[in-house]
Amino acid sequence: MREIALHILDIAANSISAGARNISISIIGNRRDDALDLSISDDGKGMTPEMVQTVTDPFTTSRTERNVGLGIPLLKAAAEACNGWFNLTSELGKGTNVQVHFQLGHIDRMPLGDLPSTFLALIIGTPAVHWIFEVKHDSSAFYFDDTEIKQELGEDCLAEPEVIRYIREVFTEGIETLALN
Amino acid sequence: MPTIKSLEDLKKMREEALRKQELKTTTGKTEIVVGMGTVGIAAGARETLKEILEFVDSHHLENIIIRQTGNIGIDSFEPIVQVILPGQEKVTYGHVSPEVAKTIMEEHVVKGKLVPDYQVKG
Repeated sequence: MREIALHILDIAANSISAGARNISISIIGNRRDDALDLSISDDGKGMTPEMVQTVTDPFTTSRTERNVGLGIPLLKAAAEACNGWFNLTSELGKGTNVQVHFQLGHIDRMPLGDLPSTFLALIIGTPAVHWIFEVKHDSSAFYFDDTEIKQELGEDCLAEPEVIRYIREVFTEGIETLALN
Repeated sequence: MPTIKSLEDLKKMREEALRKQELKTTTGKTEIVVGMGTVGIAAGARETLKEILEFVDSHHLENIIIRQTGNIGIDSFEPIVQVILPGQEKVTYGHVSPEVAKTIMEEHVVKGKLVPDYQVKG
């Protein structure tokens, strides 16, 4: 995966599998500190301390079809290759928080990629989850909480053509103006 | 197509669309499921979903439910898309690139014809 946005989609898919009702994603770029920080928090079923310890090992996975999971180890390796780090905290029954730090200007840092498509895939594909997306670049910020749109329209309508177009425009316009790559 | 500037505009457009829809007979909803586990995402499932969303928008398809799901369990066929027409059996497609997704939307979702070349038989 050559895009941070695809890794975010992958981590958020874990949160969905963990039965989360609320998932919050933040991406914060800061040029002064040369830092890019990601955070994905959920209130899913969480993990035991043993599971947390082994989750960055490529031979651990919760899936039942086969027993090798690569999503988290790949993201951890990508961060560490850019003077960064990967941190996962979790509590059984409470939820999981994944934090990833990259050196923003590191030559090997993969691009952020298509964040609007990742957010659109999550909100349309899993309407039952309450989503909060936050993207910041220095002093500019984009914030999206889907509570209002779901209250106004109901969650059944998210795959309607007008609604898809509206949400895509909100994401694209809001995120492109930040010029965070 | 006009740009929708605010949530207020969107509400108005939807109310209009709903009025039109009431005139048609309701035939149930078509469900489209895209596999979005690690393998699916790495194989391009997000671009496939994007194409499906764009198709729904540009062809103004109504009564569609789009869902994502985790690993379906047939990794070598990712990206995987499943189509369930109202009252019919689930059909699973494999190796669904954005181009294939477009064909599936045109043939299966709109015309109700299977696309056997990409069908995965369980």
